Amino acid sequence: MPQIRLTTPLTEEVVEKLRIGQRVLLNGTLYTARDAAHKKMVELLDRGEELPIPIRGQVIYYVGPSPAKPGRVIGSAGPTTSGRMDPYAPRLIALGLKGMIGKGKRSPEVIKAMKQYKAVYFAAVGGAAALLARAIKSCRVVAYPELGPEAIHELVVEDFPVIVVNDVLGADLYEEGVKIYAGR
Amino acid sequence: MRVVDVATITATVAELCQKANYELGKDVLEAFKEALGQEISLTGKDVLQQLLENARIAREEQVPMCQDTGFAVVFLEVGQEVAITGGDLCEAVNEGVRRGYQEGYLRKSIVDHPLRRKNTGDNTPAVIHTRIVPGDKLKIIVAPKGGGSENMSGLRMLKPAEGVEGVKKFVIEQVRAAGPNPCPPVVVGVGIGGTFEKAALLAKEALLRPLGQPHPDAEIACLERELLEAINNLGIGPQGLGGRTTALAVHVEVFPCHIASLPVAVNINCHASRHKEAIL
Repeated sequence: MPQIRLTTPLTEEVVEKLRIGQRVLLNGTLYTARDAAHKKMVELLDRGEELPIPIRGQVIYYVGPSPAKPGRVIGSAGPTTSGRMDPYAPRLIALGLKGMIGKGKRSPEVIKAMKQYKAVYFAAVGGAAALLARAIKSCRVVAYPELGPEAIHELVVEDFPVIVVNDVLGADLYEEGVKIYAGR
Repeated sequence: MRVVDVATITATVAELCQKANYELGKDVLEAFKEALGQEISLTGKDVLQQLLENARIAREEQVPMCQDTGFAVVFLEVGQEVAITGGDLCEAVNEGVRRGYQEGYLRKSIVDHPLRRKNTGDNTPAVIHTRIVPGDKLKIIVAPKGGGSENMSGLRMLKPAEGVEGVKKFVIEQVRAAGPNPCPPVVVGVGIGGTFEKAALLAKEALLRPLGQPHPDAEIACLERELLEAINNLGIGPQGLGGRTTALAVHVEVFPCHIASLPVAVNINCHASRHKEAIL
């Protein structure tokens, strides 16, 4: 299958052209965040404060890596279930977040926000954590170190493999893909 | 009486925690390869190839195949002619989990209380199921269970009148509702009969059976095949992105039950279907 190579931060122009089912190799910086970090970020926004990471054009990877063995950049690092971040994601998308990486379906509210503010949702292969860790070239904690594996990390990646699952048109590969193969 | 010291149990559990997370079973690898040959979705094929490559990297580099290294579920089959010396059996198992997860660079995912939720920091306590069996051996199975797939499991107390059709309907609906979340292709463990808690345990035990080995009872084996076909006709496919391979296997275990009851439990395992065992 053909692959598209993209570098973060993503522009609106690039995101608008992506379509469900496309395979993408991501390069540049990704930020990690999962449940607890999202909760903290939204609490900051509620208080009218600044986020600890630049959000415009960025991509957040929903991951809680295993600890790094000595001499390694990161432990195994596959995607976690995205649905748990659904209550928080629309706020970040409205602020300019352009991509999210995880596994599993998104809520109608998140899909609506992606359509309205031009953002996409990518799936990485759940469980392929040793393979995905190979694409991560550096890793440093940038916020909430007290959260351990749930802290916000800044990752630099090379050819990190993902698949477009929700695009700016509101299409959903989890719905469309299943329709094609059901009953076959 | 054969004597087994708890220190041996601790060391064995520590090793099994790591092996289960680093080395995917041969039966699962074979099932991946077979699925790759049969999958018609290109995305599905691509996912299966990534999973095979991932298993190779994890084994060669001795790193976890998945970052969620799971809740340590430990099954103990203790021979009634075994004397355990040197300390508390459960504490020995927990010490093995503590050591295995620390030394193996495995993620600690357990919180001390379901509502207060502070990480215990060492992945303990384990969930321990102990059975006393004849003989002088001690069998230990460590089956690390990830949160994503466990969350998609369910139990229903059916009416006996709903029969096998009701069972099929519930199992298929449970897998359909789980969709992409449990990291398909999944392994589906089904427990039918017993009581509320027995059905759940049967479903978990069903996950321990090697893939491709049907139930010894021909009628149950037939039910397993029917369920597998129906599940693979859902179209969910690898990672839920569409395709033929939604499940690698369906394993059913049954137990006698009350005239008024028909409990059915569905325990879904992700594609990794991790478990390793040792006999002392």
